[in-house]
Amino acid sequence: MTALTLFLPDDAAAASVGADRVAAALDAAAKTRSLHLTLVRTGSRGLLWLEPLLEVERAGARVGFGPLEADDAASVLDAVLGDGAHAKAVGAVEEIPYFAKQTRSLFARCGVIDPLDLGGFRAAGGLAGWDAARAMAPADIVAAVTASGLRGRGGAGFPAGIKWNTVLAAAGEQKYVCCNADEGDSGTFADRMLMEGDPFTLLAGMAIAGRASGAREGYVYIRSEYPRAIAKMRAAVAVWERDNVSGEDDRGSLFSFHIRVGAGSYVCGEETSMLESLEGQRGEVRAKPPIPALKGLFGKPTVVNNVLTLASVPAILERGADWYASLGAGRSTGTQAFQLAGNVKRGGLVELPFGVALRELIDGYGGGTLSGRPVRAVQLGGPLGAYVSADQLDVAMGYESLAEIGAMLGHGGIVVFDDSVDMARQARFAMDFCAIESCGKCTPCRLGAVRGRETIDKILAGDDVDANLALIEDLCEVMTDGSLCAMGGLTPMPVLSAIKGWPEDFRKARKAAE
Amino acid sequence: MAVAPASDAAEAARAACAAHANAPDALIEILHDVQAALGCVPKDAVPVIAEAINRSRAEVHGVVSFYHDFRSEPAGRVVVKLCRAEACQAVGCEALAQEAEKRLGVAFGETSMDGRVTLEAVYCLGDCALGPAALIGDELHGRLTAEKLEQLVKEAGA
Ligand SMILES: Cc1cc2nc3c(=O)[nH]c(=O)nc-3n(C[C@H](O)[C@H](O)[C@H](O)COP(=O)(O)O)c2cc1C
Repeated sequence: MTALTLFLPDDAAAASVGADRVAAALDAAAKTRSLHLTLVRTGSRGLLWLEPLLEVERAGARVGFGPLEADDAASVLDAVLGDGAHAKAVGAVEEIPYFAKQTRSLFARCGVIDPLDLGGFRAAGGLAGWDAARAMAPADIVAAVTASGLRGRGGAGFPAGIKWNTVLAAAGEQKYVCCNADEGDSGTFADRMLMEGDPFTLLAGMAIAGRASGAREGYVYIRSEYPRAIAKMRAAVAVWERDNVSGEDDRGSLFSFHIRVGAGSYVCGEETSMLESLEGQRGEVRAKPPIPALKGLFGKPTVVNNVLTLASVPAILERGADWYASLGAGRSTGTQAFQLAGNVKRGGLVELPFGVALRELIDGYGGGTLSGRPVRAVQLGGPLGAYVSADQLDVAMGYESLAEIGAMLGHGGIVVFDDSVDMARQARFAMDFCAIESCGKCTPCRLGAVRGRETIDKILAGDDVDANLALIEDLCEVMTDGSLCAMGGLTPMPVLSAIKGWPEDFRKARKAAE
Repeated sequence: MAVAPASDAAEAARAACAAHANAPDALIEILHDVQAALGCVPKDAVPVIAEAINRSRAEVHGVVSFYHDFRSEPAGRVVVKLCRAEACQAVGCEALAQEAEKRLGVAFGETSMDGRVTLEAVYCLGDCALGPAALIGDELHGRLTAEKLEQLVKEAGA
C-alpha cells in the first residue's frame, strides 16, 4: 500500500465552505485506491478565499490545491500521485504573493503544523520562549516585554509590559492571567484562527505572563460562537497538562489553565465585564478604578490580555525584544494580524509590520471588492470603529496614524463595503447594536443607543432631518463623555464618521419627498 | 421539543451543578450544561441551581436573562443562527435574512409553528471573509445563498 500524508485545515472558516466534506471524500477516494492516507488537520493559512486548501509536501515545499469541493477529491488524489497537474493546483503555497509578501511571525505555524502535536511543536522550537522565561527573573521578563513595545491587540493598544509590571508589583499570593478570547468584533477572526491552528503558542504566552506577574492560574474566556476553538483549546490544555509542560514546584503546577465559555454577549469582551462573567455574574461593566491589574478576577491582581497579545510573547522571549521592536513603525511595534473581511475578493489574514497602507491591504492583497464594484466605505476596528471613505485609503495602518484621521485599529478588522452600501443604515445599525448589546449599567449607553436608533429612524423617514441630525450629534457627545466603557463611549465613532463622510445618505428621504 | 417536566429539570440542574463542584462562579458553565441537556434553561431549574451553588434565585435568574444564549423555551428541531453583523451586511446578509424568513416560514427570534426551525440573529461568527455566514445546528456555513440555506436546513433535519 502506498502511504501518503496530506494537510487540510479543520479551521471553522475552512469547514464553513466544506473542508469536512472534502476530508470525508478524500478518505473514501483513498480507500478505492488502496492508499494509506494520513490526513493532518491543520489550522488555516489564512488565504481564506482558497479554502478548503489541501496541501502536500513536494521537494521540501508544500504545494496546494484549492478551493476544493468534495467532488474534486478523486482527481486531486490522482494528481498528487501523478504529476501534480490539476485545474485547482495553486503551486507552492508559501510562494503565493498574498502569503510570500507577509511577515509571518505570530502566525508562522498556523496552517503548517498539527495543532495538537506537542512533540512536533517542541521539536520545532515552539517552547523556546517558555523555556527562556523559566530561567529568567519575573522582572526581567517584564523588562523584555516592555522593551519590545508590545501593545495590547484587543483594541485599546495599552503597553503590555506596563500592565504586567503593575500586576508584578501588586501585593498578594493569588494572582491571575485572563486571556480575552471573546473576539466579538465583526470583521475579526484572528484569535479564532490562532486558537484553532496553534493553541500551544497561546498557552505558552499565558504561562509566561503568569511567570512574569506572579500568577499561577490562567483563564481563557472564549465566546460560545466558536465551538471549534473551544474544543481545540480544551484538547490543547489536556495535552499540555498531561505532559506537565508547565513544570511544578512544592506549591504544585507552575501554571494551570481553565477554559471558560461565554454566552453570546458582545460587551463581555470588555475586560471588567469579562471578569464579572468569569465569576458567574451578569456581564455588567465595573467602574474603574480599581483597574483589573490591581483588583481583577475574584478581587485579585489580574493580567487581562487579548489572545494575540499573549501569543506574541513567546517569540519576543525567544528572539529578543530588539527584534520585535525593530518591526513596525514608531510606537506601533511588531506585526499586526490584519483581517480582510466583508466585500473583498481575497479575504483572509494578512500579518505585516504596522505601517502598511490600507489601500495596499484592500487592493494589493484583497484584490478589491468581491462584487467588482468600487469601494465606498471601510469600517476599521469593529462595530465601535470609524468608517473611512475611498479617498482615505492611503492611511498607514498604525495606532497613531489612524487616530490622526479619527479612526482606530481596534483588533485589526477591515470590513470592505462597495457602492451599494447605505451609510445611514450603517449608522442606524451601530446604534441598534449598542442598544442590543449594552450591559445596561450606565444610562448614556443604555438609553442613548435606543434614542439614537429612534432618531436615525426619523432621519431615514425624512422627518425634520436637520434638527434630528443636530440631536444625534448632541446625543453622541453625551454617550462619548458619559458612558462607563467604550461600548457607549465609542458607538458614536461609526455613527459620526458616517454622517461626516456621507452626508448625502442621510438626506435621501427628504430629497425623495421634495 | 416540549418543556421538560419539573423533575427532569431539577435532576439536570443538580447534575450540572455537581459536575462543576457546585461552584458559584461556574454558573455560566452550569447553565450551558443545563441547556445542552434540556434544550433550554427552564424556570424550574432556577431554584435548584440557586440552592446548589448557594446563590439567590434572583441572582441566578438575573444571569440567565442577561445572556443571549440562554432560552427559557426549547428551540425548534433545527436552530439557524444567521449572522447579521457588518462583515456579512457587506455581502448582502440583510437581503438573505428577509429571504430566509420567507423560505423558512418563521420570523427572527421565533420558532416555526410546527416546531421544525428556530431562526435567530447573531452578531459575528468569525467567518467574516466568507460571508454571509450562519450556524445551522452546530455547523458553520459560509458563502450562503437563500437556496443553499434552505437546502442545508432541510438536510439538518427540519
Ligand atoms: C465593548 C467592548 C468589547 C471588547 N471586546 C474585546 C474582545 O472581544 N477581545 C479583546 O481582547 N478585547 C476586547 N475589548 C477590550 C478589552 O476591554 C481590553 O482592553 C483588552 O482585553 C485588554 O487586552 P490587551 O491589552 O491585550 O488588548 C473590548 C472592549 C469593549 C469596550
